[in-house]
Amino acid sequence: MPSKLKGLFTGLALSASLFAQPAVSADRELLNTSYDIARELFAAYNVHFNQYWEEKTGETLEVSQSHAGSSKQAQAIIQGLKADVATFNQVTDIDILHARGGLIPENWAERLPNNSSPYYSTMAFLVRKGNPKNIQNWDDLIKEDVALVMPNPKTSGNGRYTYLAALGYAQDRFGDDQNKIDSFLQDFLAHVKVFDSGGRGATTTFIEREIGDVLLTFESEVLNLADRYDNGEYEVVTPKVSFLAEFPVTWIDEYVKQNKTEDLAKAYLEHLYSEDAQRLLAGFNYRVHNETVKQETSDRFPEVKLLPIDVIAGSWENATKEHFASGGKLDQLQRRR
Amino acid sequence: MNASQSSRHRRVGDSPAIKWLLIVTAVAVAIALLIMPLLVIFVEALGAGWGTLADNLTDQYTLHAIGLTLFVAALTVPLNLVFGTALAWLVTRFRFPGRKLLITLIDIPFAVSPVVAGLLYLLLYGRNGWVGSWLADYDMQLMFSWPGIVMVTVFVTCPFVARELIPLMQQQGSEEEEAGVVLGASGWRIFRTITLPNIKWALIYGVVLTNARAVGEFGAVSVVSGNIRGQTNTLPLHVELLYQDYNIVGAFASASLLAGIAVFTLAVKGFVEWRQTRTLNRLQTEETA
Repeated sequence: MPSKLKGLFTGLALSASLFAQPAVSADRELLNTSYDIARELFAAYNVHFNQYWEEKTGETLEVSQSHAGSSKQAQAIIQGLKADVATFNQVTDIDILHARGGLIPENWAERLPNNSSPYYSTMAFLVRKGNPKNIQNWDDLIKEDVALVMPNPKTSGNGRYTYLAALGYAQDRFGDDQNKIDSFLQDFLAHVKVFDSGGRGATTTFIEREIGDVLLTFESEVLNLADRYDNGEYEVVTPKVSFLAEFPVTWIDEYVKQNKTEDLAKAYLEHLYSEDAQRLLAGFNYRVHNETVKQETSDRFPEVKLLPIDVIAGSWENATKEHFASGGKLDQLQRRR
Repeated sequence: MNASQSSRHRRVGDSPAIKWLLIVTAVAVAIALLIMPLLVIFVEALGAGWGTLADNLTDQYTLHAIGLTLFVAALTVPLNLVFGTALAWLVTRFRFPGRKLLITLIDIPFAVSPVVAGLLYLLLYGRNGWVGSWLADYDMQLMFSWPGIVMVTVFVTCPFVARELIPLMQQQGSEEEEAGVVLGASGWRIFRTITLPNIKWALIYGVVLTNARAVGEFGAVSVVSGNIRGQTNTLPLHVELLYQDYNIVGAFASASLLAGIAVFTLAVKGFVEWRQTRTLNRLQTEETA
């Protein structure tokens, strides 16, 4: 009996070393926490960066990836997930790493170019084959027989971006006329047939369940979907005015100190701005800052007047308080329907 | 006697039409809600052929997820086996104040949503938690690594063994064990030669259920895992990850593994249940004899 038990424990210890520990074959390791749909993007970037780093320093790298909703990831980092870098799709989720975790300095956004957002996107429309309802811009969405599908602004960042994009269009068109802005938004919300809880759910509703005439979500997602069904079943419409959706990145000061990866983490993020990396990002349908790559991809990313959050709502904090909090503008506009 | 009673009081379902309606409804619901989804898993997994299925299952990260899941189950099951047996023994063989309360407390993991359970562990053992911040001073980390996954899995599955044993042990009573004590047997000997053979099949049934749940647990694990691919990604989390990548075949391939484990579990469970009923029937005939 004891010898059997001994065997069992040896077996367990062995499998523990096999499965519970990372397979360390590289000189150095890095952990990148990211949002849920960025896995393929960073899988591709990691290959690219590993090569670059080995050529530069001779060290081999193992970059691990963790993916989940970016608010959940922020919470995990605060509770002790020792990630070296965070690559998120919402500025507020990085802000709380400072505000509630004290893990990064307040001025994190100033440490890398373009507000620490190496790539960005905007909100766009996906319509059905031949664009039967002739959707070209935001005002076409409130035509009588148009049904919209979008993620719920209450539960998803994606939905909030879409709402703010519509608000930005209304401000751009009606100027200071608050009544006209409100009435446009009210009309717009009334045309939404399904509010899904998240971006992927809205996609499923539009594609699988075939509900609605227009799907509103990130341009990157819309372009991916159009690529996936390349028989022209869906068409992409980019409105003339939209919201600047930033994809912020940061290294996590507290943990890179502990993990002794500060130089590596910084290089990992800085290299995202290099021409090759920017080309790779554009390949995943994100808009980038590099001028050469911009030229190359201009047919894919038409000129859009992009409004940042400061212009539309002052700041993220204000936007949350004024529009999305319980009893805020979003609630009022939907109730008046 | 029963026959004469039912001829006077007609019951719902006595008329052939209603009987068939009920049978057809039940079968239709079972097919739509249970059998079809199960079939879809295997059909989708095989949608692109056996080769693709094999490729997906032997993917480096899928293999790691399978290994981690089995490892977690291999730790969870023995822990809960010992815990559940000890607890059932305690509450059925001894009287003490707080016994009823303890029996109620066993069910907490059933009553609490797994996601909430995961969050509680995170708040307690995370970096800012009471215990977690103390452990962090000694550079020890439980959450976002395999110990955390094992901890929540143990929590979620801990009632299964005890819940199976308690009713059986209550019914069996403690006469045989008392006889053992009178004859001077040691506690360990009583347990090994009297208690254990009596509860064997219920115990195995509890283990089967514990294992099934440990392998399939998603909610609680999702909160404390950190979702690091190749490190802390269990099989159910891996299915979600693949699905979000639009790798439908891969997701269903991994899901078919989980479904396979479930079907196997059901088969074992059916067999054990059959054995257990026999034990109970034997007990009852002995009692009446």
